[in-house]
Amino acid sequence: MIERTVSIGSANGLHARPAKLFAQAASGAGIPVTIQKDGGKAVNAASILGVISLGIEHGDTVTVTADGSGDDAEQVLDTLTELLATDHDNA
Amino acid sequence: MPSATATSATTTQGQAPEITTLTGVGIGTGAAVGPVAFMAPALPEPKDVASTRSVDEETARVRTSVAVVSQELDARGQKAGGAAQEVLEAQAMMAEDPALTELIDQKIVAGGTAERAVFEAFSSFRAQLEALGGYLAERAADLDDVSQRVIADLSGVAAPGVPERDEPFILIARDLAPADTAVLDLDRVLALVTTDGGPTSHTAILAREKSIVAIVGTQTSEGLADGDVVVVDAATGQVTLNPDAALIEATTERIRARAAQAELPAEPGRLADGTPLPLLANLGDVAGAAPAVARGAEGVGLFRTEFLFLDSTTAPTVADQRASYTALLEAFPGKKVVVRLLDAGADKPLPFLNDAHEENPAMGLRGLRALRASENLLRDQLTALAEADAATSADLWVMAPMVSTVEETVYFVTIAAEYGIRTAGVMVEVPSAALLADRILPHAAFASIGTNDLTQYTLAADRQLGSVAAFQSPWHPAVLRLIQEVARAGESTGKPVGVCGEAAADPLLAIVLAGLGVTSLSMSPAALADVRASLLTVTLDEARTIAESALAADEAADAKTAALAAATRITTKEN
Repeated sequence: MIERTVSIGSANGLHARPAKLFAQAASGAGIPVTIQKDGGKAVNAASILGVISLGIEHGDTVTVTADGSGDDAEQVLDTLTELLATDHDNA
Repeated sequence: MPSATATSATTTQGQAPEITTLTGVGIGTGAAVGPVAFMAPALPEPKDVASTRSVDEETARVRTSVAVVSQELDARGQKAGGAAQEVLEAQAMMAEDPALTELIDQKIVAGGTAERAVFEAFSSFRAQLEALGGYLAERAADLDDVSQRVIADLSGVAAPGVPERDEPFILIARDLAPADTAVLDLDRVLALVTTDGGPTSHTAILAREKSIVAIVGTQTSEGLADGDVVVVDAATGQVTLNPDAALIEATTERIRARAAQAELPAEPGRLADGTPLPLLANLGDVAGAAPAVARGAEGVGLFRTEFLFLDSTTAPTVADQRASYTALLEAFPGKKVVVRLLDAGADKPLPFLNDAHEENPAMGLRGLRALRASENLLRDQLTALAEADAATSADLWVMAPMVSTVEETVYFVTIAAEYGIRTAGVMVEVPSAALLADRILPHAAFASIGTNDLTQYTLAADRQLGSVAAFQSPWHPAVLRLIQEVARAGESTGKPVGVCGEAAADPLLAIVLAGLGVTSLSMSPAALADVRASLLTVTLDEARTIAESALAADEAADAKTAALAAATRITTKEN
């Protein structure tokens, strides 16, 4: 089990398109991934509804946890945290 | 289409006489021909009863329906492209969301039907989104749409909402909610026909704004079947069922002629004898400026500033406001731009202005009354406007909303003068201001009549209330008489009197307003072409005659009929 903490880059937070891109990537990861805001409840990162319902805004700090180890899990977290740090609303 | 006529003739044989037309209130003067499609009604809430199927069967049903809906949404997204595709793909993902699926499965295992499990699972996520408020609360509607689609598929009925067709269609609905019209692809809708709703309904406002052919309030859609070809004529307010070839051809020709006319370069508004009547645009944000100019707006007759204030918990800064006003004024160099100060109140509350609950917000602390109670807001707005005015070459006019007395007029123009606002005027929306216009106008530089509120207050009929919709017509002779009162006061004091309500967008009523002595008309930019063409058909004297015939009527409907008869008499005599 490994985790990373990252600050949200998208100007409008993690809803709409950024949430969709993130949930899509998480569901394609092949290993269970969760996301939590400020140490709150962890939700399935592959669930767009779960992700949206966290009400994550621009600049919020979130923790992404992958249920795995080794290079594959690191790779998954690299991809996901990069998605979270990117501003998709002004891309 | 001829076969449809034959079928309906045989099926109605020996029954009540066949309905041949439906009549409602036409919006604008356009026409349309095409097949009708019904807006499917919302589904009832699935009953909370124990399932008679096994858990496996119910689960399998949900899996199938969810997959069908998800694929359907993805397919629609691919067809739509752009921003719509993003929304539809997100909806497709919601349908197959793992957290939702888990919740649905739990409810089925607990003995529920697939329909009820889907309904409850979606509702629980909906509640979570709503609780977050703002943008996320709006996404709750997306979730509702997916939920209804899955339940419709499970129940084997049509999905509620705007139907999907390969060919453009005439949409028949009870009434359209804002959520429906937001997803309405206007390129696919030839016309809107609603059985409910009046001339101030959301459908009517949308139709005027977007220049869509529409008839509202037909009471019934009896006699219409999905796919029937009909003729919709907004000028007469009639939907013709089973139209013959001659009517279809004449209407098609009319649509072609109207489209050709809209292509012509826009000229300044004037009557047939050359009397100028400037045609201005109503705008709600800065983005609307360029399209308004393209449609030939000679300036802005009503710039609503609410967009700067809504959705914010604190008032915008002077610098923020100045940037928006400057962008607006820059779009109209050398032209008149009338800006209305913040028109908020208990019906559209702003936390920093007035959040006290009022039993009767239309008559509460709103418009200038609310600004006066928070005078710093009023002063900030005037500061920003004066600064934007100094930086640009547009002719800035500023008006206060909902002024009711002479004293309020003096209060406002005095403060405006402190900031160097050269042209400060008042909105006339309250009957008291219309009745005392001759005493108000000596103080104000101009008056602008807001016919929507003036009608609401004159007839004591709440604009938001469908049950009193019949009272809400600006054609009512009492409203026309008040407008005349203000126009006369304008004439005697030498002050301009404009109209900036929905009334100005009605091509026939525009003639009446000209006849009453109004000196400019401001409307949704989409209405400019029709009003411009209509004004060119009469001279000022003829407009006065038409206005007199409307004033002489007892009822709104009679006033309109009388004006139409007088206008027809005048224009056909000339031809």
